[in-house]
Amino acid sequence: MNTKTHNPKAWLLVLPVVVLVAFNAVIPLMTVVNYSVQETFGDNLFFFEGLKWFEQVLHSERFHAALGRQFLFTFIILLIEIPLGVAIALAMPRKGPGVSVCLVLMSLPLLIPWNVVGAMWNIYALPDIGLLGKTLNAIGFDYNYTRQPLDAWLTVVAMDVWHWTSLVVLLAYAGLTAIPDAYYQAAKIDGASRWSVFRHIQLPKMKRVLTIAVLLRFMDSFMIYTEPFVLTGGGPGNTTTFLSIDLVKMALGQFDLGPAAAMSIIYFLIILLVSWVFYTVTMREET
Amino acid sequence: MAGITLENLRHSYLDKSDLKHAQKDDWALKQIDLTWEDGGAYALLGSSGCGKTTMLNLISGLLKPTHGRILFDGVDVTGANAELRNIAQVFQFPVVYDTMTVRQNLEFPLRNRGVSPAEINKRVSEIADMLDLSDSLNRRAAGLTADGKQKISLGRGLVRSDVNAILFDEPLTVIDPHLKWQLRSKLKELHQQFGVTMIYVTHDQTEALTFADKVVVMHDGMVVQSGTPVELFEQPKHTFVGHFIGSPGMNVLPGQLINGKAGYAGIALAGIDRRARINKDQRFEIGVRPEFVHFADHGIPVQIERVDDNGRARIVHTRHKNDVIRLIVPEDQPIPENNGCLQIEQDKASVYVNGWLQQGGLPV
Repeated sequence: MNTKTHNPKAWLLVLPVVVLVAFNAVIPLMTVVNYSVQETFGDNLFFFEGLKWFEQVLHSERFHAALGRQFLFTFIILLIEIPLGVAIALAMPRKGPGVSVCLVLMSLPLLIPWNVVGAMWNIYALPDIGLLGKTLNAIGFDYNYTRQPLDAWLTVVAMDVWHWTSLVVLLAYAGLTAIPDAYYQAAKIDGASRWSVFRHIQLPKMKRVLTIAVLLRFMDSFMIYTEPFVLTGGGPGNTTTFLSIDLVKMALGQFDLGPAAAMSIIYFLIILLVSWVFYTVTMREET
Repeated sequence: MAGITLENLRHSYLDKSDLKHAQKDDWALKQIDLTWEDGGAYALLGSSGCGKTTMLNLISGLLKPTHGRILFDGVDVTGANAELRNIAQVFQFPVVYDTMTVRQNLEFPLRNRGVSPAEINKRVSEIADMLDLSDSLNRRAAGLTADGKQKISLGRGLVRSDVNAILFDEPLTVIDPHLKWQLRSKLKELHQQFGVTMIYVTHDQTEALTFADKVVVMHDGMVVQSGTPVELFEQPKHTFVGHFIGSPGMNVLPGQLINGKAGYAGIALAGIDRRARINKDQRFEIGVRPEFVHFADHGIPVQIERVDDNGRARIVHTRHKNDVIRLIVPEDQPIPENNGCLQIEQDKASVYVNGWLQQGGLPV
């Protein structure tokens, strides 16, 4: 028997959220779509251009270079932050007064506004007055992130690792503390080595939170803007110009609204696609 | 295989530094002296929080005792870790290695100890057969039901052939009743086949009495009695054992001294040792099982409060003043309507002083 009642008034209850989402997501996105298929002139003159801007962006070397840098950056910081975060979480105490001390220390970098993080590292790493930059030079490294691309990269990566590894630590730690003692006891009884415990108990039990950690870090790092913008401004040259920095340059620096809109959409689709593939692949293994 | 002796064992979960100020209740185990004989099938029985699991973890080496020694066949292993003690232990909730198949799970304890592949294969297929896991050997363990997972946990405990003992910590709690019965018989069978010492923790007396040759009853961090099921039933050494074993448990009634004899409700109960010395400040009780209380024409006047029918007999709850007295009445015998009189079989009643059975007039 079908006991469901159909009441069209129910839609009224959904209305507020529909309006909210429309204003903060759908309408802006549609504006971008609108820009991406038109040529824009002053006085609000628009000409339909079809997929011209998409073709232009997809064939532009500048976009390829920024995309390449973006993937490289994200790949490097995932490669560092995930294992490092797990290692720190494993080393953290499980009980006692040390727990809260560690948790507070770990949360600190996450609480600092992003532009402040950029400014901190900007000064910290300055070769002539910064503690890090000056020390490195004093002990014999020719370090200058404002001039040497490799140094700029190392600094941006170090900054991101400093800023965001904590997030992975906190997630991994939450995963670890959720493992019942019985697992460790059973492993002892079974004569399992430390590595086996990690491989067969801790890692599988952390899988879900680590999936979230990788996704969050992938999306955030792929969209990174503020910190490298404040630290290096995308330089030296274009060497640390990541996608979002390039996008802002194109949209607000050059007012190329059409290509910038097309690039935004391509950018958005890449993030969506990679996240979806990653999520489906890791979750499929579970069943 | 080995006989296991616990000597003067005490354990507290407090840190060493806090122990000086430890109260009586800070001790999870208060004083244990006990020997588990080699090859015995034991049940460790007691209510939740009485120290059963602590005792198991001490035996297997997951915990180190605060005081006392643990001996395996006379060899002191108090300081040895779990791996050296070579004990198998199955926990209350299933523990499986999610990334492994069922087969790999069962192989795991053997692999870690460097057993030869041929031997591993043989053992795993034996155990899988026994637990009806043969068909799912190549499946991922993570996908199994709670029943299936607990079978794997059991399997990992049983797969090692050279263990000193196998400890079961309420292993069948999560398993459904019909399978529970089946698995318990399997364990019993296995014990008869291999003769390995088994200690089975439970708070379910039926489970304990069907599995074990010998039952150890714990209460409040102490072993109150260990013996065969019949001994526990007929001669409970402590009122807790009387309560805990039997369904319903023993009646424990406030005792009276009547002309130097122990009695209840003004009726002296013969058959109780006349030399019993009882001081005023001691708790003095009469214990008698519901099986040995009957309705009669005269005796202890009671009101009938409730009758439970369990199919084979009726359990009658009666009240004399403030005391509830239960008795078992066979289906074919009449039960008085509201009020009646009770007789206690005199030679079946026992005297308890401060909870402990009074034998030969001296505290046990």
